[in-house]
Amino acid sequence: MTHVLTDTLFMTQRHFRNLLRQPAWILISLVQPVVWLLLYGALFRKIVEIPGFGAGSYIDFLTPGIVVMTCLFSAGWSGMDLIEDIDRGVIDRFLVSPASRSSLIAGRLVQGAIVGIIQSVIIVVLGLIVGAEYPGGVAGIAALTICAVLLGTGVGALSNAIGVLSRRVETMVAVSNFVLLPLTFLSSVFMARALMPGWMQSVATYNPVEWAVNAGREGLASSPDWGVVLSRMGWLALFTLVCTWLATRAFRVYQKSI
Amino acid sequence: MDNAIEARGLVKTYRGDVRALDGVSLAAETGSVFGLLGPNGAGKSTAVKILTTLSRPDAGEAFVAGHDVLRHPARVRLAIGCVAQKSGLDLQATGRENLLLQGRVYGMRGGVLRSRAQELIERFGLSDAADRVVKGYSGGMQRKLDVAVGLMHRPQVLFLDEPTTGLDPEARVDMWSEIARLAGDEGLTILMTTHYLEEADSLARRLAIVDRGKVVAEGTPDELKGELRGDAIVVELEEQVLDGEVRRALDTVPELYDVAVEARTLRARADSGARSVPAVLAALEAEGVRVASVTVSRPSLDDVYLQYAGRAFSEADQEAKRP
Ligand SMILES: Nc1ncnc2c1ncn2[C@@H]1O[C@H](COP(=O)(O)OP(=O)(O)OP(=O)(O)O)[C@@H](O)[C@H]1O
Ligand SMILES: [Mg+2]
Repeated sequence: MTHVLTDTLFMTQRHFRNLLRQPAWILISLVQPVVWLLLYGALFRKIVEIPGFGAGSYIDFLTPGIVVMTCLFSAGWSGMDLIEDIDRGVIDRFLVSPASRSSLIAGRLVQGAIVGIIQSVIIVVLGLIVGAEYPGGVAGIAALTICAVLLGTGVGALSNAIGVLSRRVETMVAVSNFVLLPLTFLSSVFMARALMPGWMQSVATYNPVEWAVNAGREGLASSPDWGVVLSRMGWLALFTLVCTWLATRAFRVYQKSI
Repeated sequence: MDNAIEARGLVKTYRGDVRALDGVSLAAETGSVFGLLGPNGAGKSTAVKILTTLSRPDAGEAFVAGHDVLRHPARVRLAIGCVAQKSGLDLQATGRENLLLQGRVYGMRGGVLRSRAQELIERFGLSDAADRVVKGYSGGMQRKLDVAVGLMHRPQVLFLDEPTTGLDPEARVDMWSEIARLAGDEGLTILMTTHYLEEADSLARRLAIVDRGKVVAEGTPDELKGELRGDAIVVELEEQVLDGEVRRALDTVPELYDVAVEARTLRARADSGARSVPAVLAALEAEGVRVASVTVSRPSLDDVYLQYAGRAFSEADQEAKRP
């Protein structure tokens, strides 16, 4: 067991270090949320005036949404790295060694979670700068971050599963493009739920992105309903667990195919 | 323990009815180099994958360093080092970082870990490049690092899948002396696959030739060559000729066997090359066939391969490349 933990630590270190050696990636992942926050914040500023929107300032409303969206999108692409490792023979090299099998996926997910936390904090601070208010305080910010990271871990696991099964970058790109944006728009990242068409509201009920946004916003409210926050968090934890299980199954399929 | 590697009746089928291994048995004596030869797609890498616990055979059994590959894969993994055909290096990491991570997953820590990495960096002449990212390494440097990574935890048995493919002649000779040293001084058992027959000839104590998933010949290089009689004569012709014509012309030459014509190359065996060549040339001239060059050589493993697999390496490689 300790062997699983130390191996996961080593693999996490490896992924983190490799990430830091890609300055382009760091730049893009920092600039993208800024652009989203400023662009969408300006574009949709007036929609809070629509009767029934239920929020005072759009930037207050949008910031938690961008936190969740950022974690979702970085996680969606995490399978690309695994495809590259398989193509280069890195995975096979570790499979021939005593390295714990779980660490080969877990290291990626832990790295994703750390990156997710850093990104969340950056966006929250950025929101503050452009005038967002978080009445829920530190507890609310923590709840938002936990939910966004749970979502990211689950989606990251799914992305790894797709990567290891398809083993093609093209498939990965197609699936991510096809899924990530609709998933975002089928949640209240940009638009209050009450103003969505009825069928979208029903779909959003089962959308993990909506769970995360919903819980994050609730946590940041002036008097949060912690029941809502914790229940969404529970579903997200379950979602993450199921996705991680699927990823380990997918990895076994790969091992059998060698 | 006499044989550090022993496999019996290995069968492996991949989806789409590819029979990669069709009953392969082999044995490598402890402390020796064992060569696995064969054309593209013969099943060499598949055999290595099974022996290194990476994939499971459909049938058969194998023992490496005294452990059952199927029952105790974890014990086998601790005892072996593996340099796969596909490098497996982390290109974003430096050479040293690759070595350190490899050591860590084998449980090495602290000073032991660091000094072992440094020792291998020096031994493989990578001192200048050790702290540079592997992406910038030449093919030869990457292959050296591959082997260093495989040796990091001091394995008893080392698998090298085409360790010299893509290396320039100088780097290849370096690799040869390193392999010989590992088996000689350090007492490692090494199984290596290769396409270079002269390499197997000089390094391996025993070797097996595989073709289409089967072992077609097995023995020491000398045994295998000894089974062939006489010298090999290779005649390059100036233009393409009909097989039948040439054969008829050469029927009259005494002590000449196994005549084969393929494109503009004529191959034959003779009890004595020196005695037969003039007769061969005379016969060809009488038939009006113009000759570009003639070579006579003692039997090589190439000829052994031709004898057993019934086609030249280059030919089988062509075949494997076809869809
Ligand atoms: N993972 C796999 N899935 C499907 N088929 C495979 C797989 N690995 C190998 N094969 C097939 O098995 C056969 C043997 O392949 P193998 O890689 O063992 O050959 P090899 O002797 O190593 O060839 P080369 O000299 O080209 O490396 C080939 O027909 C190959 O296409
Ligand atoms: Mg191979």
